[in-house]
This record gives sequence, C-alpha cells and structure tokens, in this order.
Amino acid sequence: MDAITVRGLRKTYTSGGRRGGASSRVEAVRGIDLVVGAGEIVALLGPNGAGKTTTVEILEGVRRRDTGDVQVLGIDPADADAHWRERVGIVWQTTGAFDDLTVREVVRHFAGLYRRPRPVDEVIERVGLAGKADERIGRLSGGQRRRLDVALGIVGRPELLFLDEPTTGFDPAARRHFWELVHALRDEGTTMVLTTHYLEEAEALADRVAVISRGLIVAEGTPADLGGRAQQHATVVWDDPVEGRRVVTSATPTATVRDLAARFGGEVPGLEVHRPTLEDVYLRLLDDHGATQPARADDQPIGARS
Amino acid sequence: MNATAGTTTRPFSPTPAGPAAPSLLRTSVSRARLDLVELLRDREATFFVLAFPVMLLVLFGSIFRETISGTGVEASQVMASGIIASGIMSVSFVSLAISIAYERDLGVLLRYRATPMPPAAYFLGKTLFVLVTAVAETVVLLAVAVTLYDLDLPSTPDRWAMFAAVFLLGTASGSVLGVAVSSVPKNAKNANAIVQAPFIFLQFISGVYLLFSDVPPVLQQVAALFPLKWMTQGLRSVFLPDSWQVMEPAGSWERPLVLVVLAAWTVGGLVLCRMTFRWSRSR
Repeated sequence: MDAITVRGLRKTYTSGGRRGGASSRVEAVRGIDLVVGAGEIVALLGPNGAGKTTTVEILEGVRRRDTGDVQVLGIDPADADAHWRERVGIVWQTTGAFDDLTVREVVRHFAGLYRRPRPVDEVIERVGLAGKADERIGRLSGGQRRRLDVALGIVGRPELLFLDEPTTGFDPAARRHFWELVHALRDEGTTMVLTTHYLEEAEALADRVAVISRGLIVAEGTPADLGGRAQQHATVVWDDPVEGRRVVTSATPTATVRDLAARFGGEVPGLEVHRPTLEDVYLRLLDDHGATQPARADDQPIGARS
Repeated sequence: MNATAGTTTRPFSPTPAGPAAPSLLRTSVSRARLDLVELLRDREATFFVLAFPVMLLVLFGSIFRETISGTGVEASQVMASGIIASGIMSVSFVSLAISIAYERDLGVLLRYRATPMPPAAYFLGKTLFVLVTAVAETVVLLAVAVTLYDLDLPSTPDRWAMFAAVFLLGTASGSVLGVAVSSVPKNAKNANAIVQAPFIFLQFISGVYLLFSDVPPVLQQVAALFPLKWMTQGLRSVFLPDSWQVMEPAGSWERPLVLVVLAAWTVGGLVLCRMTFRWSRSR
C-alpha cells in the first residue's frame, strides 16, 4: 500500500491584476507524478521557487490544487477530516509564535489535540530540548525553535510526517541528533517526506530522492544512483613525484589504481578516489534543466514568515 | 543506503490503546487557557488591552467632576459608563482583531488547521478567552467607578438584566467584528494601527470620552452606525438615574433599540466572519 500517489499534479498562482496592474500567472507545479511507499523516506530537492513547497502543501491538505489525482493515506487531502489529520504530522517552518509560553506548555497543549499523543516529556527529550522544557520559547535560539517545530510535528504519533527543511539553523551535532530521531521514527514505520537544501542530509536519510525544477520532477532515484551517479566516471587523484598533483577521470578506477600501485610498487602518494557527490549530480541536473537561476519570491511557504 | 552505521536508534515508547478523541470542551478550554497565559505574560498586550481603559477611567474621571445641570449626575459617572463599554470593546474587538491577525501572519492558524482539532474549538476557545477577560475588565472598571466616582450598582432586577444583556451582546458583537477585522491587516506589524485607529475615533464620537450630546450631530449619526454608541447608551441606562434620560438623543433610554442594534451587529458580524475568515495569510 502506497502512502502517497500523485498523478499529473498542477497548480498555477494568479496574482496582481487589481488597480490597473497586469495580472501575472505563475505555473508553480506543472504536472508532477510521485509515489511514496508506506514506511519510505523520500526527499524532495530543488531550488527555492521550484514548486517543492507548493507540492508538499497540497499533500498536507493545506493548499488546493488545480488538477491532478492525489491520494494521501488513501484519501484526497483536499477532503481531509480530523481522522486523517490525526495520522499526518507536519514539521512547519519556524513561525515565531508562542513566544511567551514555555516549551512544555506548548508541546502539552498540542499533545492534547490528538487521540494518542506521545508522552510530552519524551518528545521534548527526543528532540533535544530536555534542558529547555521550562524555558520561554522567545528565549530559544533558532536551532532550538526548530527542534520545537519537530516536537510539534511528531507529538501526535503520525503515520506520515512532512518535514519542511527541518534542520535549518542546526549545528552539526544537532543535525546528527536529528538524523538519529528520524531513524527511530522510521523504525516505527513512519513514512516521511522531507524537503531540504542539505544534500548530505538527503543522502543520510532518504531511501529515494526526487529533484524538482520549475514545477517538474527532473530526476528521481536512490541517493546512490540519482542521475546515473553510480555509472559516472570516478576521479582518481595522486601526487606524482615528477609532475606533481595529478587528476584523472576514469570509468574503471579500480584498474587505474591497480596500475598506479604497480607503477609505485606499493603505496600511491596522496591517493584519492572520488565519485561525483550527490551535490555534484544535483547541480548538474539543475544546470541541464536551466534552473540554476531560481528564486521566485512568491513560493514562500504559507506558514512561514517572509 | 542510510548512514545508520555508528548510530544506535532508540525506539519510542509504544502506542497506547486508542482512547476517544479529546472532547471539544477540553480542547476549547486548553486553547483559552493558552491565550490567557500568553496575554498575561505579554506586558505590552496586558497594558493596552487590560490596563489602558482603567488608567483612562482614573484620569478622565478625576478631571470631569462637575455635575451636569438638571440631571443630578456627575460627568465622571457618565464617563465611567462609557469607559466600561469601551473596556468590553477593548477585550473583545481590539484583542481578537490583533491577536488573530498575528496568529494568521505567523502561521499559527495553519498549524491548528493541520491538526485534528475541530475549528469550532478554536472559536469556542476565543469565546471563553474573551468572556474571562471581559468579566475581569468589567469588574475592575466597575470597582474603580464605584469607589472613586460613587457610581451606583444597578438598583433593580430590570437594570441588572439590561446590564447582562448589554454585556453579552456587546462582547458578542465586538468579538465577531474583531474576528472579521483581523483579516484586514496584511501582516501582524500593521495590525495594531489598523485596529486601534478606528477604535479610538469611535470612542470619541460614541460617548466614551465626551458627552454624547456634545458630539456634533453628523458624527452622532456616524457613531449610531456602530455598536459602541449603543453599548455606552445601554450602560448609561443601567448605571445612571432616570433623570439622565433627557440628555439622551431620543429623550429616553431606548433600551429595546439598544439590544436590537447590538443583536443585529452580532448576526451581521457572524456573516462577515464566515465570508472573510482565512486560515492562512496568502491565497
């Protein structure tokens, strides 16, 4: 049973047009197909304004689509009811709300909206705010506020969790800590849809990544072979005593290294072998689709402050 | 595929057996409690919404102490009736219009929309919140007026009933209009100015800081279009002796008309809410 199936999803925004100005139409999503299996973690990658947020908001049932078939946990999210909302969690982008309340007050309040919430203190501890439970939210750092957003997303024990750039503002240790949390959620069977700008995060967490550019999915695959990454030439680098630093691309890097080993009679000085990183592949994909000049200001998430 | 190596994943505590959904009442009370705690911890909001009318009552009441000739009523008592009305408007209309505009702009409304909480719980919570603050505000203003300006508490059951009716209909009409007006500011930053400016203007022409009979006739007509004028008039009919009736526009209290106008504003405001309420700030 798939958690999410999307076929031919489209959404166009019309803005302006009043006071004599010309109205503008922006095709934010231009025909997206996507399937997310139950228990799967899928990362959506793409520059700002590519249509990621619009797509996710339609799946979350907080934005209407123009056309296309969308089924999320068996129903059309446009018809979402309380029972469906019970099963879906959202990690919103930080909103700056509830400044005068404490972490525990807000998590407890949101826990009270669900049938089977997780224990409040457990959630606070798992997102790494145990020491800040009684702190006013207005006094938290950006990364700590982000953890609160994560807490509010998971407190209802969702089967399906949407994470919108969940680790923005995290330091490296907090990010690792968050990854561990995601793994624990996956072990429980939680399906997750993640948008992120951190390619190494997508690589660490996602079973599958989809790259969205200009309202279309331009590539999809496991992080290891997105865009033919696994088949691409590797780069072999070493220090040659005569010629200095040498860089060679090779379809058969093992053979290259074997030859070098034979030539040097053992250790190759300064040897490095690289496959293209996910980031290399991602940037090349965007280049190929002419999408490296992104940025439409109006695709800001509707839940976030501009 | 995943970088699980080196990290151990601790399982979460197991799911308890499925209890019933949280009750509407419990959720609404939880919402109201959160709003109250937030209001009381936010000094700026506490000052403008709760303390400001009290300060104005002390200030204006101590300036205008003369007796209005032919009525035996002190100006401070007239003013106290008006300020109690505007206090009710402050904790309903102003408080809701500003706080909901904030909640919409900051995405709080959308957060709730995406939970299983029934939308009714949000509005019921706001209703409870407004009722609690309106009762507190009215009690404090009344206590000040009774102690400092010898305002008499309602003397007959009829007057108490009128007091309750004006209080409830005033709170209701102020609340629904506040919810409707919360959609006007484009963002939270503008909310305060957009809401306070017309409210201050209305206070001056509706018989709060000036005697209504001193307001120019054209502005009296303007004031009569909005609920505040009828609330001040209704409360004067509760707190002032019948000898004051000659000072009213119609020469009488017009109690039924007061209630009809406030009820009409409540119904109209509800319709306006239904037409304008949005959970998110865009589209």
